[in-house]
Amino acid sequence: MLNFFTQASHHLGVYLVLGALLFAIGFFGFCRHRTLVGMLVSGELILAGASLNFVAFGRFLAADPVTGQIFALFIMGIAAAEAAIVLSIMLAVYRNYRTIQTRDLKEMEG
Amino acid sequence: MTIDLSPEKVYPVVSALLFAGVAGITLLGAVVAASARRLVYSVSGLALSFVGLAGIYLFLQSPFLALMQILIYIGAVCVVIMFAIMLADVVEEKSARPRALLAGIACFLVAAMLAFALIVLIGRTAWMPKAVQVNTGAVQDIGRALLTRFGFAFELISVVLLLAILGALVVARTGRGNNRE
Repeated sequence: MLNFFTQASHHLGVYLVLGALLFAIGFFGFCRHRTLVGMLVSGELILAGASLNFVAFGRFLAADPVTGQIFALFIMGIAAAEAAIVLSIMLAVYRNYRTIQTRDLKEMEG
Repeated sequence: MTIDLSPEKVYPVVSALLFAGVAGITLLGAVVAASARRLVYSVSGLALSFVGLAGIYLFLQSPFLALMQILIYIGAVCVVIMFAIMLADVVEEKSARPRALLAGIACFLVAAMLAFALIVLIGRTAWMPKAVQVNTGAVQDIGRALLTRFGFAFELISVVLLLAILGALVVARTGRGNNRE
């Protein structure tokens, strides 16, 4: 038991379980939150779980450990771009509807 | 009985305690981010979770990624989300719907089943044996790979970021123009 505890940071499975838990928590938040900002925050958690998986696989299984890290860097860039776009859309929506509760955004006009 | 305090005995235990600490911080922050009622707490939980994730990246021998995690996610993304909350004056959701609790329980059950299934899958899968690694994944190797093999993707992502900034400006300005008319 103590041996596993001291060796935990050298096992691939530990990181994969952490990534799976992050993904599940993010999924829970994505369903539960009722505002666009809350859903964005949960989406970031899901992305964090995914990039943790990439880095763990890159560190333990890949022949070139650089690939996993670079993929995680690209995920960061995409997430930053996504956050900027989503937040500007949110501001535009707020200007028109005076709310960002998903419940109230149910009217579409063509 | 004397306690052996030689570095060979102490360092693994300290390292394991640190690892448990950062993993715990990551999961705790994520739970706060997903379940907090107030969005400000939610974003703070996200930042806490990312601090822990940076620590996990350090354990994965990726110090550059850990620094970028703190710089980009906490320094940029979380701050921008916080600004948006303040600008949009988010009023907190007050379980207006009668079945909000039921929906929350359903979300939790689905997420728990998802986590359980993934963990069982991770436990059952026989991963391929470790490959012989051609380098150590140090910062020098990342820089070399970014400017040679991944050069095209590297340039593309800068175009994506530029377009995202321009698009964000256009979308945010358009709403303001409509308001003035």
